[in-house]
Amino acid sequence: MMLAAVPGFDGNQTALNPVGPGAAHIEFEFSLIFWITTAVYCIVLLTLVISIARKRHSLSVIPSPIPTTPESDRTARRSVAAAMIATIVLLFVMLVGSFETSRALGSMNPGNAVPIDVYGHQWWWEVQYPNDEAYKTVVTANEIHVPVGVPIRIHGTSRDVIHSFWAPNVQGKRDLMPGYETEVLMQVDQPGRWRGQCAEYCGEQHAHMSFYIVGESKEQFTQWLSDQAQSAVPPSTPQAAHGQQVFLTHACVLCHTIRGTPAGSRVGPDLTHVASRATIAAGELPNTIGNLGGWIMNAQAIKPGCRMPPNQLPGSDLQDLLAYLETLK
Amino acid sequence: MITTSVESQAELTEAERLQAMQLEHVWREPSGVVGWFKAAHHTTIGKRYFVTAMLFFLIGGLLAGVMRLQLAFPEAHFLSNDKYNQFFTMHGSTMMFLFAVPMMFETFSVYLVPLMVGTRNIAFPRLNAYSYYLYAFGGLMFYVAFLCNTGADRGWFSYVPLAGPDYGPGKRPDFWAQLITFTEVSALAVAVEIIVTVFRLRAPGMSLKRIPIFVWGQVVVAFMVIFALPGIVLSSTMLLLDRTCGTQFFNPAVGGDVLLYQHLFWWFGHPEVYLIFIPGTAIISTIVTTFSRRHVFGYLVLVLALVATGFMAFGLWVHHMFATGIPQIAESYFTAASMMIAIPTGAQIFCWIATMATGKVVLRTPMWWAIGFSFTFIMGGMTGIFVASVPVDLQVHDTYFVVAHFHYVLIGGAVFPLFGAISYWFPKVTGRMMSERLGQLSFWLFFIGFNVTFFPMHLVGIRGMPRRVYTYPPNMGWTRLNQVESVGYVLLFVAVLILLWNMIKSARSGVIAGPNPWSAGTLEWATTSPPPHYNFLHLPTVNGREALWDAAPNQPVVVGLAEDARSFLTTRTLDAEPDGRDEFPAPSIWPFWAAAATSLAFVASIFTPWGITLGSIPIAITMIGWFWPDRQPAERRRAREIWPSE
Amino acid sequence: MRATIVILLVTGVLLVSGCKREQRVFDPGSTGSQIANGVPLNEVHAGGTVPVSNASKYEGSAYAVGEGKRLFEAYNCVGCHAHGGGAIGPPLMDSEWIYGSHPEQIYSDIVQGRPNGMPSFAGRIPDYQVWELVAYVRSLSGQLPSDVAPSRSDEMPVKKAEQAQPKEHPADENPQPVQQGRPQ
Repeated sequence: MMLAAVPGFDGNQTALNPVGPGAAHIEFEFSLIFWITTAVYCIVLLTLVISIARKRHSLSVIPSPIPTTPESDRTARRSVAAAMIATIVLLFVMLVGSFETSRALGSMNPGNAVPIDVYGHQWWWEVQYPNDEAYKTVVTANEIHVPVGVPIRIHGTSRDVIHSFWAPNVQGKRDLMPGYETEVLMQVDQPGRWRGQCAEYCGEQHAHMSFYIVGESKEQFTQWLSDQAQSAVPPSTPQAAHGQQVFLTHACVLCHTIRGTPAGSRVGPDLTHVASRATIAAGELPNTIGNLGGWIMNAQAIKPGCRMPPNQLPGSDLQDLLAYLETLK
Repeated sequence: MITTSVESQAELTEAERLQAMQLEHVWREPSGVVGWFKAAHHTTIGKRYFVTAMLFFLIGGLLAGVMRLQLAFPEAHFLSNDKYNQFFTMHGSTMMFLFAVPMMFETFSVYLVPLMVGTRNIAFPRLNAYSYYLYAFGGLMFYVAFLCNTGADRGWFSYVPLAGPDYGPGKRPDFWAQLITFTEVSALAVAVEIIVTVFRLRAPGMSLKRIPIFVWGQVVVAFMVIFALPGIVLSSTMLLLDRTCGTQFFNPAVGGDVLLYQHLFWWFGHPEVYLIFIPGTAIISTIVTTFSRRHVFGYLVLVLALVATGFMAFGLWVHHMFATGIPQIAESYFTAASMMIAIPTGAQIFCWIATMATGKVVLRTPMWWAIGFSFTFIMGGMTGIFVASVPVDLQVHDTYFVVAHFHYVLIGGAVFPLFGAISYWFPKVTGRMMSERLGQLSFWLFFIGFNVTFFPMHLVGIRGMPRRVYTYPPNMGWTRLNQVESVGYVLLFVAVLILLWNMIKSARSGVIAGPNPWSAGTLEWATTSPPPHYNFLHLPTVNGREALWDAAPNQPVVVGLAEDARSFLTTRTLDAEPDGRDEFPAPSIWPFWAAAATSLAFVASIFTPWGITLGSIPIAITMIGWFWPDRQPAERRRAREIWPSE
Repeated sequence: MRATIVILLVTGVLLVSGCKREQRVFDPGSTGSQIANGVPLNEVHAGGTVPVSNASKYEGSAYAVGEGKRLFEAYNCVGCHAHGGGAIGPPLMDSEWIYGSHPEQIYSDIVQGRPNGMPSFAGRIPDYQVWELVAYVRSLSGQLPSDVAPSRSDEMPVKKAEQAQPKEHPADENPQPVQQGRPQ
C-alpha cells in the first residue's frame, strides 16, 4: 500500500499492514474509498479551476450582473444533474463496499475461538486466558500471545474509565467500557509482534498505554500457555531469595501477585512471569534490568501520574529484587 | 418617488436630510461607559460578538501552537502531561463553543440578517444584548479557571466516567460543563431572535422565494440550534448533578450508563458541526454570487440542500460511537446516513461551480478564500466518507486521521469562509476596503500552511498514532511527520498575523468603500458603509432574489412609519405582505445586570447546588427591571389600538 | 481601566484559591518519596522550633484526596474500616478518635500501627501516600471543604459522598495553643 511505503516506518502499528482477515477486509474497503474519493476530488477541483480560468474577468472594474434565463442555464442544469447522479452512484458503491466489509467482519468463524479476557485499567491491560479448570487460568498483563491462524475471541470490559482496545494490524478497535461487556473476534495469520495502543482518552497516561499481540505457532502458543499457568519458580540463589524477601516486605506485595508466594494483590499487573514479557510499563519500555530498575525506583519519572509509587530501595536491595524478578520467566 | 437606490449622501434631498437627523436622534446608541452596557442595536452587538469570537479564535490558535511545540519531538517534556491535557481540551472547547458557533452563527446572523431582510433591528434586541454578555462571561469564567490550574482536561466532549465524580477530581470538568450552559443559553436566544426576524420582519416583497441564501442558511441553523442544544443541556447538567449532588446517572454499578452520556452529547455534537458548516456554505453562496456576477445557479436546489442537511444532520450522531460495539443494523443505518449527507452538500458544490462556469468570475480576496474553501472542505468531505464507513472508522477513529478530517472540514468549511466573509463585509462594517495585496498574501500563506500542518496528520494517523496523546515513542515512524506539522503551524501563525494587520491597518487608513464597492445584490449594500443605527434611511421593498440587481427603476420604499419612535414593520411569513407595525424597546442596562446575575448563579452552582436556588433571586430582580413597561411606548401603542366603539 | 483592575484583583484571589485544589503532584521528589517513618504527634514541643507538617498541602488538593481514596481501597483499608463505617476496625466517619483526630496523629497511626489490629505501614509505602491517605480519612468525617472532598464513587452507594458528609466535631478538634515565651 503506497501510503505505507514511506521510509522510517516499521509497520507494526498500522491498518495498512494487515496480518489477519479482520484488518485485511478493512484495508480493502479503505483502498476502495481511497481511489474513488481521490478520483472524485481531482475531477471536481479540476472542473472548478477550469471554470474559473475560462470565465475569469480580468479588468479591474467589476462588471454589471449578467441576466440569466432558464434557457441560458440549460447546460448547467444538465451538468449538475449528471454530477449528482454520478455522486449518488459512487456513494452507493462505497456504501455497498462498506456493508460487505461489515458482513465479512461479522461472519468470521467463531467456532473454536480461543477466548481471551481483556480488562482495561488506568493505564495497563489485564489479560486473562480463562479455562474450565481454574488452576489452568492464565493471568498476565500487556502482552497477548495468540496462535496463528486460529480465531480469537476477545471479551473485554473496563475496570475504571472507557479505554479502547486497538491493534490496527489485526482488527478494528473496540471500546472497553465499565458496565458493558463486549466481544470482538480477531485472527492473526502471520507470526510476529504487533503493537496496539489504547485509543480512547483515559486520563493522565493515555499516551503510554500500549500492548503487544504476539502471534506464534500453535505448538509455541500451547507451550507458552502452560508455562504461564505455572506458579512462579522458587528462587534458587541466595540473591534471588533475598530479592523475594525484599518483594514481600516492601510496597510490592501490596499491589502485585506472584503466584506461588504470599503475594496475591490484584491492584497492579500479575508479575508471576514478568521476565517472560518483552516490555514493561504497558508496552512502553523494553524489559531490561536497567529499565526495570528505573521503573521500580521511580515510575513517576517515566510515566507521571501512573499508579505505581516510587520505591526508594537501597542499592543492594534493588539489585537483589531485580535478580529475583529476572527469574520469573 | 423615493427609491432604495442610494448612490451617495450628496443625493439626499433636504427632506431626506431632516429625516436622517430625526432617525439618528431616535436610534442613537447611548454614550459613555454606562451607555456601552445599554446598547441594544444589532450592529453594535454583532461587532462585539465578532471581536470576542475572534479573540477566542486567536487564543485557541495559540494553545494549538504550544501543543505543536510539545509534539514536535518524541517524549518531549515541554508541557507536562497534565498541562497538555488541559491545553488540548481548552483548545477544542474554545474552538467549538467559544469561536465556531458564536462566530459563524451568532456573529454573522446578528449583524447581517436584519440588514439583509431590510429591517431596522433584530427581533428582541435586549435579549440579543443579554445573549452577548452571557457568552462573554462564560468565556471569561472558562479562562479564569484555566489560569487557576482549573482548566478542563477531559477532552472537549468530556466523556464519563473519566469526567465523572470518581475519576475527575477537583472542579475542572465542572467549569467545562458550566461553559456549556453559558454558551447554550446564548445560542438559543440568538436562534429565537433570528427565526422571528426572518419570519416576521422581512421587507415587503421578500417572499420565501426571494430570501437570500445567506438568510436561509442562518434560519436553518437557528432551527437546528433549538433541536440540538437540548442534548448537551441534558448531558452537561446530568454530569454536573452527578459531580455535585451525588446523582447516579452515569454510575454503571447501580444501573447508570456511560453510553447515555455519549448519545446525549452526540445528538447535539453532530448537528453542532453543521451549525458551524452551514453558515460557511451560506457565506460561500453569497461570495460566489457576487463574484460570478450572476444569480446563483439552482436557488431552489441550494435552499432544499440546506434544509435537507439540517434534517439529515440529526440522523448521524452514532457515527461518533462506532467503536462502542453497536448492533450491526445500527452500524448499517448510520453509515448509510453519514454517506448520504454528502448528497446535499455535493449539490451545493456543483451549483457553485455551475454559477462560476456560466458567469464572469472576478478574482478578489473573498473569491480566493472561496476557492481555498473548495480545495480544503472537499478534501475533508472525502475523508468523511472514510470515517462514515464503519469498518474503516474502526481503524481511524481516535487517531490523527480523524483529527485531520475534522480540521479539513472545520477550517475548510468555517475558517476559510470566515476569512472570505471578513474581506467581503469589512467594507460594509467599517466603511473602508481591506488591502487586496495583503489579503492575497495571507490567503496563500494560510492555505499552504494549513495543508503543511494538517495533511501529514492523515498519514501519521493511518500509521497508528492515536489522538490526545501528550507524547509518543521514537521509532514509530511518526517523528518526521509531527515535525512537518509543527513547522506548518508557523506558516499559519504568520498568515493570521498578516490578516490581523490587514484588518487593523485598513480600519484606520483603508480606501473609503462607499455603500456598494462590490456591486453586490443583497440589501445590506443598499445603505451607507457603515450602516447608520437606523440601518436604512428608507426601508426598502424587494422585487427579486438579488434585491439590488432585480430592483425596478422606481422600486418603492416603505413610508408611513412613525419616525419619532423606534418603529418597525411586520410582514406576513410566506409572501411578506405588510400586516402590522410595532416598536423596538429602548436601549437598557437590564440585560447586562440580568446576564451578570445569571453568571453569578451559574458559577456559584459549580460549588454548591444552592447557587441555583439562591442565585435565582437576583435573576428575578433583574428580570423585573427588564420587563417593567416603558410609559411612552405603552401610551403610543394604546393610541394605535382600535376599539369597537370608535 | 477600573474594570481591568477589578478583573486582575479577582483573578489574583482566584489564582491563590484555585491553584491548591487543582494541584497535581505526580512525582513528589526524593523527600516525599522517602519511606514513611515518623512525625511529631502534636504542636507542643520541648524547646526548639515547631516543625511544620505538610498535611495541609494534601488536604487542600482534590487530586491528593482522590488519590487517598484510591489507596484506601488499594491498600485494603476497606477490609477493616469498610468505607468509613467500620467493621472489625473502628469507624472513621464519626467523631470518636481513639488516638486523636489531627492529621499528624492519623499519620502516625498508619505508619506505626496500633494495638488490637491496625497494621504498621512503616517501611512499605512512600511518605506522600500516607499523607494522601490521611487527607482522605479526614474527609470521611466531613473535615474537608466540599469542593476538595471526593464526590460519589462509581460503585454501589453505601454512604453519602465525602463531600456531602456533615462535618463531625471530634473532642480534640481545636488545637492546643502553643506557649510562646516564658510560662506565666
